[in-house]
Amino acid sequence: MQLTPEEDANGQTYAGESQPGVKLAPPRKPCIAGALALASCSLLGQGVMAAESNDDQDWQLVDAALMYYGEEGRVQAIEAIGTAKKTYADETVLDVKVLLDSLTGASASGAVPQGQEQTFTRPSGDGQYSIAAGETPLDDTFHDTRLQLSANWSQPQSSPWKTNLGLYGSKEFDYNAFGVNAGAERGFNKDNTTLFAGAAYSFDILEPEGGRPKPLSAMVLRTADDTEASFRRAFALTREGGSDDKRTLDLLLGLTQVLNRRWLLQANYGLSSVEGYLTDPYKFLSQVDAAGVARAYRYEHRPDSRLKHSFFLMTKTALDSGVVDVSYRYNRDDWRLSSHTLESHYRYYFSGSFYGQLHLRYYRQGAAEFYRPWLLTDQALPEFASADYRIGELTTYTLGLKLGRRLSGDRELAFRLEFYRQQPHNNGTEIPEGLQAYELFPSVRVISAQISYAF
Amino acid sequence: MRDQVIASAIHGTGAKVVALLLLTCLSGCAGLGVEPWERDQLARKDMALDNEKLDLAQDDHIYFSKEGSSGGRAFAGGGCGCN
Repeated sequence: MQLTPEEDANGQTYAGESQPGVKLAPPRKPCIAGALALASCSLLGQGVMAAESNDDQDWQLVDAALMYYGEEGRVQAIEAIGTAKKTYADETVLDVKVLLDSLTGASASGAVPQGQEQTFTRPSGDGQYSIAAGETPLDDTFHDTRLQLSANWSQPQSSPWKTNLGLYGSKEFDYNAFGVNAGAERGFNKDNTTLFAGAAYSFDILEPEGGRPKPLSAMVLRTADDTEASFRRAFALTREGGSDDKRTLDLLLGLTQVLNRRWLLQANYGLSSVEGYLTDPYKFLSQVDAAGVARAYRYEHRPDSRLKHSFFLMTKTALDSGVVDVSYRYNRDDWRLSSHTLESHYRYYFSGSFYGQLHLRYYRQGAAEFYRPWLLTDQALPEFASADYRIGELTTYTLGLKLGRRLSGDRELAFRLEFYRQQPHNNGTEIPEGLQAYELFPSVRVISAQISYAF
Repeated sequence: MRDQVIASAIHGTGAKVVALLLLTCLSGCAGLGVEPWERDQLARKDMALDNEKLDLAQDDHIYFSKEGSSGGRAFAGGGCGCN
């Protein structure tokens, strides 16, 4: 039997492994003789592999990536990721991943622009910062470095059941997280149908700089008459302690179905229950009078539990010259925040070893029930309130382009450039006259660039 | 409290979705699919659901930190102070 350039010894076709300039093989009609030959090759191949896998294998590097993320005038980040794996004699595979990212820049505090300069106390209580008239208040003290380590054990794929167990740890300046996850999947119907069930638990500890603000307490601002001691006493009255925690339990059920020789479907349902401190300790709201003038800034307060549902549907299709996937996701939770996401990746092989890939994504969410762009002085304070635009009405768009080149063996070098735009919207709140001249729901534009290498 | 909320969710929307998935699988999926020797296209590396999982994980992390919803393709997750 003569294999086409795209086939390996197991008869599998790997896009991108063919010779430069050679298109992928067109669909072939089923051939019993060919199929038997392929099956023989496959069995022989497995025998060789089994004979070779009596010993533990050395660690192998799998992927490495470096990414830059930059918001226009706001957060900038650099992230490096590396993954490696080790295959043991019993075919158990251990995957490890190391991630390091560094963030700096400014993020929206939640306050609204004003006709005069505004001054805010820093989260630590050490010093203050000012925002010019008409500008969106951004807290420029945002900086952090995060180290994340994760490991995942998976059982041999040859058994009917495939199981995995994962551990996760992450450390930041003011946030530590520990997690464990497990999953099992099994194929049915000649492996055309796969069912998956998994669970994950994460325990996060927050240690906000300056302590946790008392819910909806008014920010203390230094005055000329304040001594350091008197300011500290007043600041301490707005705090209710140091660290707190957040517990997340996730359940995920999935179904993957092969529809035909080129087309498969994936459907997932996810349930996520989060309990603990869910407030953002660095966000606050402007409390404005009827004319829109800020009279106070109050620290936000969110409920201490959240139950989220997600429904995810994706189809993936093998084309002669590439691959395309289209997915739809619906999310809703008991904060009454719901969202729709449409996403697609389309890959086209210019040659056997060079491809381009287009990434499109559209996301639209409704506001959480306690989202308010500001508070009013003539109304009683609600129990919960947040002006964080990320839980307000929001539309986002992603346009991405990736270029990849297959090198010798399975090695691959790829470069990815993505444009991401967030456009917050008013959730129907009446705007006081004094605020109407300002950009209250500014868009955020992001560029990210990534270079990755598969070993 | 959490147990009650989760139980309520599982017995409500969750139970319906699970029932729908299983029903779809048992009734409709049995007639779908291909024979083992027809898997040449499906066995392509770029057809794996976890192909480009590094990219997908990085994207999910960005969206997790910048939007109000998360999860779907994978666990919704905690584990980061970015949200």
